[in-house]
Amino acid sequence: MLYNIMFKYFNPYKIFKINSTLQKFVFFSFIIVLSIGLVESLFLSPEDYLQKDSVRIMYVHVPAAWISLGIFSTIALLSTSVFLYKNKNLILVSKSLAPSGMLFTLIALVTGSIWGKPTWGTWWAWDARITSMLILLILYIIYLLSFRISDDKDKSNKISAIIAIFGAINIPIIKFSVDWWSTLHQPASITLTEKSTIHSSMLVPLIIMTAAFALFSILIFLMKYNTELIKIKNKGLKRL
Amino acid sequence: MYGKKVKLRFTYLSLILVVLILSTYLVLKSLEENVVYFISPTDIKGLAEINYDKKYRVGGMVKKSSISMNSEQINFIITDYKNEISVKFNGVIPNLFSEDKGVVAEGFLKDRNFLEASKILAKHDENYMPPEVKKALEGN
Repeated sequence: MLYNIMFKYFNPYKIFKINSTLQKFVFFSFIIVLSIGLVESLFLSPEDYLQKDSVRIMYVHVPAAWISLGIFSTIALLSTSVFLYKNKNLILVSKSLAPSGMLFTLIALVTGSIWGKPTWGTWWAWDARITSMLILLILYIIYLLSFRISDDKDKSNKISAIIAIFGAINIPIIKFSVDWWSTLHQPASITLTEKSTIHSSMLVPLIIMTAAFALFSILIFLMKYNTELIKIKNKGLKRL
Repeated sequence: MYGKKVKLRFTYLSLILVVLILSTYLVLKSLEENVVYFISPTDIKGLAEINYDKKYRVGGMVKKSSISMNSEQINFIITDYKNEISVKFNGVIPNLFSEDKGVVAEGFLKDRNFLEASKILAKHDENYMPPEVKKALEGN
């Protein structure tokens, strides 16, 4: 019964079609949300009392960091399922998620560096937050490369799943690094339990930009996922 | 539906994860001295021994009206509201450096109360607000 449903709905050709249509919608909403987000963050939002216009870098930096952490957590969860149940579809999903996650990690590091120079007075500091983010970037790279580690697909899939699961230990370290150790990086402004220390006029662009980046990740994911499906088609396989 | 194999894999994974988390914890714990980016003036007071050839990073707040500048150098006091340390520095200070704001000074200790800094970094806190709001807050 369950297998029948899965054959019906998880048919690669069907998914490919849905994906292609979905891509257009996601692309247009991404353009719209990004335009609003950029106008909000570059023109409409106020400058900071202390950092002046440098605060606008935050509207790229913080969403990028959030998305990169979110994507790695998702990959780790899916990989756990892959490792336990050998679900081939989830391997493709996590593999397709990784490139945009890596891109946003890089963006977070670069924008952080650009922000750090005028405010802190340095491009780079080996503090716990920044170093653990660099480790996240390295983990993304290792994870993406691990799919080529062996010609034996089952073997390389298993290894990449294990890398993602083990790499997930880094996620709480990144999140809590600013609380556990003294760091140059400032502690979290937005927490679940307390009121945000970012003024509401600055929260608006932050949230819109996060939505824009999320849409961008979804777009890249759909494109990568379709590429994987085409690869399957080229191999002449009827199912995943 | 899933057989013994899944259970076995689950056991493997949980065991390895527990070991890995524990070892990560122990490694970070033992490396704590290197993981922390700076130490406080209180930590300096508590040091068993000062290495005069080693660079220390001391962080805290710039004490109110402690900054004195001339053309050659700047002097100020870093405080953590329990202990203080005087800092001497000649070089470029970052934009955000000002009194009552966070700062990290890196350099050689002359004694427990005096640091000759070779680098000054401003530390930004987690508060972001427009100038009008800041003014309103100060008015209260």
